[in-house]
Amino acid sequence: MSLVFAGVCSHAPGITGRSERADPALRDGFYAALERMRLALEAARPDALVVIAAEHFANFFMNNMPAFCMGMADEYEGPIEDETWLRIRRTKVPGAPALSRRLIEEVMQEVDLAYAEEWKFDHGIMVPLHFLTPRYDLAVVPANINCQGPPLAPLHRCHAFGRALRRAADAVPERIAIVGTGGISHWPATPDSGRINEAWDRAFLDRLVANDTDALLSYSDAQTYREAGQGGFEIRTFVAIAGAADGARGELWFYAPIPIFAVGCTVATFGVG
Amino acid sequence: MSLYQVQKVLYQLNRDPEVRRRYEADPDALLAGYELTDEEVTALRDGDIGLLYVMGVNGQILMHYAALLGMPWDDYLGAMREGVRRHGPVRAGIYALVEDAPR
Repeated sequence: MSLVFAGVCSHAPGITGRSERADPALRDGFYAALERMRLALEAARPDALVVIAAEHFANFFMNNMPAFCMGMADEYEGPIEDETWLRIRRTKVPGAPALSRRLIEEVMQEVDLAYAEEWKFDHGIMVPLHFLTPRYDLAVVPANINCQGPPLAPLHRCHAFGRALRRAADAVPERIAIVGTGGISHWPATPDSGRINEAWDRAFLDRLVANDTDALLSYSDAQTYREAGQGGFEIRTFVAIAGAADGARGELWFYAPIPIFAVGCTVATFGVG
Repeated sequence: MSLYQVQKVLYQLNRDPEVRRRYEADPDALLAGYELTDEEVTALRDGDIGLLYVMGVNGQILMHYAALLGMPWDDYLGAMREGVRRHGPVRAGIYALVEDAPR
């Protein structure tokens, strides 16, 4: 039918795994924004949720690294991580293989895409689902952009991927929601974990909610690495959502640096419904 | 330097319970299936997070491996800092991408 919901949110493992160590006011504000997102997602009555993620070596490795990949499985297992460390129980998340296939075929009209009939979810998808579909009762179609092992797809191709996903969503009879999950500036899993460039994040988010394509695509990877860390490469997922919501403005529902979560925690949506 | 091989060991341990079972049963036999230097074998055998970080293992692989080892978060961060102090800056991989990398 159409794209009925589009948004972005953060996904770091500390969000669930180290929750008690965060400033309670900031943490609770962030959780409340995620809960607001869950309610908005449910109100949009989607038949399936496309999650644009930046997976962390749960499935893809440098032996055969796809720039873009979408899942086409009956179900997905996650998280791969230690359950007590992430504090999310391992479970099966329903897929929608026939819908996946139709979406993939449509996206392939514009973007060369890998597909996967086997896919394990890591914290990058499981943390958002933990908040957005806590009963794991909504079919998920995972979509991945390589943000971890360079060379990485340039930002303008990530934007094109998002636009192609939008065309695909509009071409199928189902109601499609799409959520991008990534970090802005952060130095995850390194000795600099907890460092967050708030000014850089806010400048990026201004461009995102304005959906200013030229400004969003103007970052170079060298500049991003220098000012926003390796984790900054994950802006690709947000740029793809901007592409999916091309022409629509966004609304920032929450942003706050929460160092123990290792990221500036973000929730934003776009007026596409 | 065979960072690719070191990361491959950890990637497969992280995601595949069967590889973990084989590693727990006979670590030397499992590691013999990869092209690794003696230093790399030792770092992997010892779970030396600091040295693995300095070798250039991507933190997204290393963090999951540390969690698998049951290492608390602060100890994980401390091990990487200690690795840099003992062995010097990161030698290869994504954290050695540009000359003015933050660390």
